Amino acid sequence: MTYIAKPAFHHPSLQKNALGFTRRDYEGKVSTLCAGCGHDSISAAIVQACFEIDLEPHRLAKLSGIGCSSKTPDYFLGASHGFNTVHGRMPSVLTGANLANRELIYLGVSGDGDSASIGLGQFAHVMRRGVNMTYIVENNGVYGLTKGQFSATADKGSKSKKGVVNSDAGIDMVALALQLGASFVARSFSGDKDQLAPLIKAALTHKGAAFIDVLSPCIAFNNHKGSTKSFDWVREHNEAVNRLDVLLGRLPVTTQYEPGELVEVQQHDGSLLMLRKVAADYDPTDRVRAMSYLQERQAAGEIVTGLLYVDPDADDLHDALGTVHRPLNQLSDRELTPGAAALAGINAALR
Amino acid sequence: MARPLSATNDFVVKFANVNGSGSASANGLFVKAILRMGVPVAARNIFPSNIQGLPTWYEIRVSGQGWLGRRGGVDLMVAMNPQTWDRDLAEIEPGGYLFYDSTKPLPPEKFRPDITVVGVPLTRICNAAYAEPSKRKVLKNIIYLGALTFLLGIERPVVETLLSEEYASKPALIPANIEALALGFDWARENLKPLGLKLERADAVGDRIFVDGNTAAALGAVYGGATVCAWYPITPSTSLAEAFTDYCKTLRHDPETGEARYAIVQAEDEIASIGVVVGAGWNGARAFTCTSGPGVSLMQEFIGLSYFAEIPAVIFDVQRGGPSTGMPTRTQQSDVLSAAYASHGDTKHVLLLPEGPGECFELGAQAFDLADRLQTMVFVMLDLDMGMNEWLTAPFAWDDRRKLDRGKVMTAQMLEAGADFGRYKDVDGDGIPYRTYPATHPSKGAYFTRGTSRDPYARYSEEGAVYVDNMERLLRKFETAKSLVPAPVHRAAKKKTGYGVIYYGSTSPAMDEALAQLEARGLHLDALRLRAFPFAGEVFDFIAKHELVFVVEQNRDAQLRALLINEGGVDPARLVKVLNYDGSPITARYIAGELAKGMGAADVAPTGEMAK
Ligand SMILES: Cc1ncc(C[n+]2csc(CCOP(=O)(O)OP(=O)(O)O)c2C)c(N)n1
Repeated sequence: MTYIAKPAFHHPSLQKNALGFTRRDYEGKVSTLCAGCGHDSISAAIVQACFEIDLEPHRLAKLSGIGCSSKTPDYFLGASHGFNTVHGRMPSVLTGANLANRELIYLGVSGDGDSASIGLGQFAHVMRRGVNMTYIVENNGVYGLTKGQFSATADKGSKSKKGVVNSDAGIDMVALALQLGASFVARSFSGDKDQLAPLIKAALTHKGAAFIDVLSPCIAFNNHKGSTKSFDWVREHNEAVNRLDVLLGRLPVTTQYEPGELVEVQQHDGSLLMLRKVAADYDPTDRVRAMSYLQERQAAGEIVTGLLYVDPDADDLHDALGTVHRPLNQLSDRELTPGAAALAGINAALR
Repeated sequence: MARPLSATNDFVVKFANVNGSGSASANGLFVKAILRMGVPVAARNIFPSNIQGLPTWYEIRVSGQGWLGRRGGVDLMVAMNPQTWDRDLAEIEPGGYLFYDSTKPLPPEKFRPDITVVGVPLTRICNAAYAEPSKRKVLKNIIYLGALTFLLGIERPVVETLLSEEYASKPALIPANIEALALGFDWARENLKPLGLKLERADAVGDRIFVDGNTAAALGAVYGGATVCAWYPITPSTSLAEAFTDYCKTLRHDPETGEARYAIVQAEDEIASIGVVVGAGWNGARAFTCTSGPGVSLMQEFIGLSYFAEIPAVIFDVQRGGPSTGMPTRTQQSDVLSAAYASHGDTKHVLLLPEGPGECFELGAQAFDLADRLQTMVFVMLDLDMGMNEWLTAPFAWDDRRKLDRGKVMTAQMLEAGADFGRYKDVDGDGIPYRTYPATHPSKGAYFTRGTSRDPYARYSEEGAVYVDNMERLLRKFETAKSLVPAPVHRAAKKKTGYGVIYYGSTSPAMDEALAQLEARGLHLDALRLRAFPFAGEVFDFIAKHELVFVVEQNRDAQLRALLINEGGVDPARLVKVLNYDGSPITARYIAGELAKGMGAADVAPTGEMAK
């Protein structure tokens, strides 16, 4: 069997969160990805984020497509239901799951091949519908699982491991998400957990379509000179617009940030996003500005990271559809089936 | 010169119109008026896949005896489309009637000597009465309705009442329509004699309703407890999603808050539609999509996932003429094989085969129980004829004691009590495992769903034996399905016979009539109407008991026959193909002719071309 069990041993002194869970309660199976894979760091950041926001693990549903990145939901939150769907079409499955039970927290994990190539259409539509979810793309610019072909996010002119130069323009998923109407858009780097974990926390507490593009170098096929998605390249070209901390509504607002360089954003559930501005003129609630800022910095060869856009008052698909607050999968027979009397009326109208 | 036909409550009328001319409403009123006189009617739209300008037909079977299929042939042609004049003329039975707009005189060679020609100067009457072009266009249809009302002996007050009902929401239009009706009626009364074809009030409709299959199936989905619908427009399935939306609006809102107890998404394509359905099914909601052949093609990968990961889902496949875009607005039963074995790898899916709107409702609701019980994809196979045409059918019925069957769902209590949860474990020997809905329990019952091979505890495994075990269990589950799906309907011939006939779906009404015709001529067959795949054992018993079994279906490749041979190991020589696939619904005349020929009886009925 290819499945590897993890020892159930818990160290008694492990730190617990408000629910009494330790970090281990947010872990999953042992990863089968290459040692040093950026994707594993993202899994670790997800574990940390869920632990820190006191999320009940079973209340999260994790969905993915197909690819190395899409395998990762098996490697975190073992107490959650997971669904490894088909290549590129996770967004529709997540949409359906969300419609069936709006009370759960939905985490979609995907790759750049999964989301920017075969799944670009579904990516676009899940964003424009405002499905309440956190959608993470683990972006390495290559197809990892099928061993190193360029993906649609590979930059024009970047080189593959075999030395082939990419002649197609790369798709910037962040620019796309902004354009499509996602109400939370961020970019980060798998090698920067301090930036990534708070972004995931903020996305999980956000209501609406939250998108995080995480540059996650593929050590097997895309970590060489000439790649614009390698660890070194991203470190050298990273330009963070802000640093984020998330304070849950019930916690007292204390912060280590200096006043004056702070932006506070209150989300629908009361959580507070505390942003330390790095770029002095950056306003994360201005979609148009975010789009042009992104393009400007990109032209200058920089990879902009941080919380790029947030609409703290966003609606979601259920608001648009006017669905009942109780999950649809919990409605009783009586609430669903109109009964024989109603049918008699329908029959009469058809004569 | 053939003798003019004369018949009461038993004839075929066909309207030849131009798409977009507003004739649909007048033709619909014609049918409703006959129904209100207590005379059964079957009506079929024959329309092109374009919005305006091309020919359309509306064929009406009036049958006091209650035959609801197409008979074949036309007794009265209402020829309102000069473009199709020649072929419309050719379709008229010897001794039949031609009704036309005689405003412009036509030379004698434009008619046939063996028919009766009835000319009404419709355009002249209309233009004399109305100046506005918009009025002229729509009211001309009501004028011919008025003339036909006189010619066929339809009760005029019945039509007037119908007009008042039709325009109840725009009462200003009622007097104008009633006046137009009178114009046609009076002109015909003053200038013509009633035809040999006539209507007489009867009591043969009873409490039956007149409804199309898509509407019925949509209502079935409401009663079956479907809460999530994701769809993408495609003829002939679109009206199913639209009817579901309409019924949900009136039947599925929380009376206190007004909130919707359903979610409908018009997806970006069919792949997304079925993806949403699979996601909702995984999370414990009843979900469906409706589509047609091209959509089913796109859904293949997800259909395989639903099968292998064992996720309930329902697809209403309203079949149309294929392959490819084929004849998008014509009918066929040509998705049978591609639905039964949809997707890659070894798969088999449950198909339900309703015979008309009544069963569209019934099986439409049952599909959700079966999908949940079997944790798999269920296809409800309609076709354009049944889906988009209104059929006379018994009123819908629902037993308020009926409970929705959610299948084997493990609850938090069961997990807490220590049940050994293995997502793909065959605990009961029926091949059906237990599932949990996401978030059932804080620490028990979570599992990872995937399309990849796994062991009974849902753990990824590519070991050969583990894979084979799982695939065998899926076969056991399919075996279990045989006892859960609706049984075939058996009808024994009046006399012992070595001949049998198998058919399904919208062939049903024409088959009823064909069997009666044959019986009247001393030709006996036992009949079996299939209502589902997998086939129950009795289907193969039926075949074994007869020397020759005809399989009647509406596609080129005898797909149902292929499925019977493949699943039951039947000797192909014993299954005789009877196929209709020109896109128009099969006729009683054609079936009777082919069966008679196959039984060695020459000269029993005119066989002619396929659909006549
Ligand atoms: C329909 C379909 N086409 C192709 C594949 C093969 N395939 C598996 S993973 C993959 C690419 C994965 O790339 P990406 O999403 O970037 O993830 P990564 O492995 O790089 O994390 C492809 C093409 C498939 N599984 N299904």
